[in-house]
Amino acid sequence: MSTINLTVNGHAHTVDVDPATPLLYVLSDDLQLRGPKFGCGLGQCGACTVLVHGRPVRSCVTQVGMVKGADITTLEGLGSIDKPHPLQQAFIDEQAAQCGFCLSGVILEAKALVDTNPHPTDSDIQRALSGILCRCFVHTRILRAIKRYAREKRA
Amino acid sequence: MTAFSRREFLQAAGVLIVSYSSASIFEPLAFGQGPFDTHASHVDPRQLDSWIAIAADGTVTAYSGKCELGQGMLTAQSQLVAEELSVPLARVRLIQCDTDLCPDQGTTSGSQSSPVNFNDRNLAQAAATAREALLELAATRLGVPAADLTITDGTITAKSDKTKRATYGELVAGRKFNLPLSTTAKRKTAGEWKVLGTPAKRLDMAAMVTGQLEYVYNVHVPGMLHGRVVRPPRVGATLVNVDETSVSRIPGVVKVVVRKNFVGVVAERQWQAAQAAQQLKAQWSGGGNLPAQDEFYDRLRTMKPSRDAFAVNSRDVDEKLAQAASVIKATYQHPYQAHASIGASCAVADVRDGKATIWSPTQSVYPTRNGVAMLLGLPPESVHVIYTRGSGCYGLNAADAVSYDAALLSHAAGRPVRVQLTREDEFRSESYGYAYVIDQRIGVDREGTIIAWDYEAWWPSLGSRPGYDKPGNIITGFLAGFEPERVTAQAAGEVTAFQNRTNPAPSYVAGCVGDKCAGAGTIRSERVLAHNLPSPFFTGPLRAPNRVQNTFAHESFIDEAAAHVKADPVAYRIRHLRDERLIEVVKQAAKAAGWDSRPSPKPAAGGRASGRGIACVAYSGDNGYVATVADVEVDRASGRVRVKRFVVAHDCGPISNPDGLRNQIEGGTLQGMSRAFGEEVTWDDQHVTSVDWGTYHSLPLGFEVPAVESVLINRAGVPATGAGETAITVVAAAIGNAIFDATGVRIREAPFTPERIKALLAAKTSP
Repeated sequence: MSTINLTVNGHAHTVDVDPATPLLYVLSDDLQLRGPKFGCGLGQCGACTVLVHGRPVRSCVTQVGMVKGADITTLEGLGSIDKPHPLQQAFIDEQAAQCGFCLSGVILEAKALVDTNPHPTDSDIQRALSGILCRCFVHTRILRAIKRYAREKRA
Repeated sequence: MTAFSRREFLQAAGVLIVSYSSASIFEPLAFGQGPFDTHASHVDPRQLDSWIAIAADGTVTAYSGKCELGQGMLTAQSQLVAEELSVPLARVRLIQCDTDLCPDQGTTSGSQSSPVNFNDRNLAQAAATAREALLELAATRLGVPAADLTITDGTITAKSDKTKRATYGELVAGRKFNLPLSTTAKRKTAGEWKVLGTPAKRLDMAAMVTGQLEYVYNVHVPGMLHGRVVRPPRVGATLVNVDETSVSRIPGVVKVVVRKNFVGVVAERQWQAAQAAQQLKAQWSGGGNLPAQDEFYDRLRTMKPSRDAFAVNSRDVDEKLAQAASVIKATYQHPYQAHASIGASCAVADVRDGKATIWSPTQSVYPTRNGVAMLLGLPPESVHVIYTRGSGCYGLNAADAVSYDAALLSHAAGRPVRVQLTREDEFRSESYGYAYVIDQRIGVDREGTIIAWDYEAWWPSLGSRPGYDKPGNIITGFLAGFEPERVTAQAAGEVTAFQNRTNPAPSYVAGCVGDKCAGAGTIRSERVLAHNLPSPFFTGPLRAPNRVQNTFAHESFIDEAAAHVKADPVAYRIRHLRDERLIEVVKQAAKAAGWDSRPSPKPAAGGRASGRGIACVAYSGDNGYVATVADVEVDRASGRVRVKRFVVAHDCGPISNPDGLRNQIEGGTLQGMSRAFGEEVTWDDQHVTSVDWGTYHSLPLGFEVPAVESVLINRAGVPATGAGETAITVVAAAIGNAIFDATGVRIREAPFTPERIKALLAAKTSP
């Protein structure tokens, strides 16, 4: 066990855990966050995605010891039910979810994409989401929501 | 729940509410008549108070035994209650699938796929009963006849004197109704709808997209431990012994749990449990010896025992085929497929002091309550199952199994335990969708009209949903010592009535038994025989169970017949159909797609061939109608297929929420595409080898997503049918038919991998 400091969604936390513990377990068990979810535990599906210093990371295969002191953002760190982030609002507007389990991967990868590329083409979006699964297959709506966000952000 | 005593009931308070004739709910609502009917429980489904409560502030709380699985049920059911009670949607609070509070409505299956799932009779009837009771109450209180009253936003007003008004809250004030459900309370018709029928936004959407929604993964019980399971390394292996010392050095390990062949570990932290499960040394014997996968379809034909059943048999098929101008025949093969939920399943159990509470993502809270009770040796009334959202399940994924896992581990540990399955646990021992081999023959006359259709199928199964008394039907119950339902030998008996619930019969046969014909088509010489066989793997319902497999075969084969007689596939279908609603969706899909009327295949093009295909189905015979046109491009060199567009025409009767319906159609269609192109459970002689997303091939988000255009046919005057499983049912055939149109090669085995398509193209061009 060792003491690890993390900044998650702007709040400082200290946890005392085995540094080999997957970051996901710390976020969901210790900090009781609901955004990042256990999908595969193998970094293959994206359900556990969080942003570390603004870049998408699969928290299920990231040891917490590797992100000491890091600035971490989860899905709930973007916005709230009363004040959703514009990207989250675009997903609400397009009703772009069914079970909602994939949304950490989908939304955070999309945010990272549009933050660096304000004019993403369809193939840019496809490439960015190539490691993300949505088993309800809400794909058409997800693409619409991301394009809507990029469009509104430019406007 | 409000805790009023009996004397505070409205009736006892001296208010005559309403008197019912002999048409009470008691008789028509016989218990347990079918899988979707209500069952008797401590929450009496015959009593209005079991379904609806109205608080002093006018908030309507409704209790439902059907759960939100991601399919939009929470919103659609809330719309239903708001509609029947004439209150704003925001004033409805729906409590779903808690065995302490909600009536027993069995299983929530088929994403709104059945009218009873949508509470056609139950919750809706309760809301209508409540509305009538409230009108009677208001009439008494305001001193006007009920016919003079009108309801707006939960306020009842006299039309003749607008100053005479009372709100629901004032009328009921949190007391109970103490009334039986009425079968005669008048439901609103689709023409009167103001809330139902509108594209209301999902009530849970904002919580989902902001990471606020509680899933079962997020349940935290004080003192909760973490568990993992250790499944047998080979199918059918039995446990010899477990070396507990192999994990004793891992900090935090609380207990190694063994119950016959069930093995699990419990630790203080999730990471410790994961390490312990990986490092636990256990010795297993036997198992394996699985049939070779490349010979499996052939072996099914001779497998014993076989449970055989005719859906229809006109007894003249051989004779008619002998008389036919020509006969075509083909064999279709469909693999086992996994539910492959994006989240490996999770559940939390707290079993202490002879009581159990289970937070479970099950589709079946009451059956799970019984199953857990049997596993733990508790009376069912000591078990409380609270449905808590999981990832999309699409049928019997490992949600029930992990609920049992959690119960067993918590029982042994004496503390609350959260169990998270690994991806491999889930993929290796969930209850797969059925593999199928289907032989078909069609005879046509000189005009090219089909005069006989012969279908014979072989499909293996083991276990299924556990129901109320078969915990051995899924992996955990089986490992813990309960027997699954196994196939037993049975000869095909006399057909007494045509029923096409799992769509073994093609839409084109007449479905005649005696002088009664219930099929969607016109072909009178018809034989539909299915052999159900033992499966080496657990199986269970996977979205559109049996129907995806059967429809792939039927709708590809009707296309083969059309090509055989050089007929246009749309016109040829309509020529053999008589069900007006099915004909209508075929016409609408063709029209919206700009269908190019001509026989398939299309005259040869260059290296990149394009084509279009259609497929249709009357889902479960009469539970939803769909036709889909797929436009594809096939790259002959690589065998890769790109779907450019789907056009889906859909009829599920009166539409409750058109946007929710479109979401289901779009998702079902693309999921069907993923199943058609990549999904297949694979195995070696020991075990299943498709254990992660590298070996089980789901389409990710990063493929070229085709447009999905939905044409919604909204019919007000008929009962609502299913909508969650219709669209997926026709996708494989529509794509296969489009591939044939583009290239002239017929793909008869799913999934349609580039290798398979390349091999077919090569076989066609070689002499």
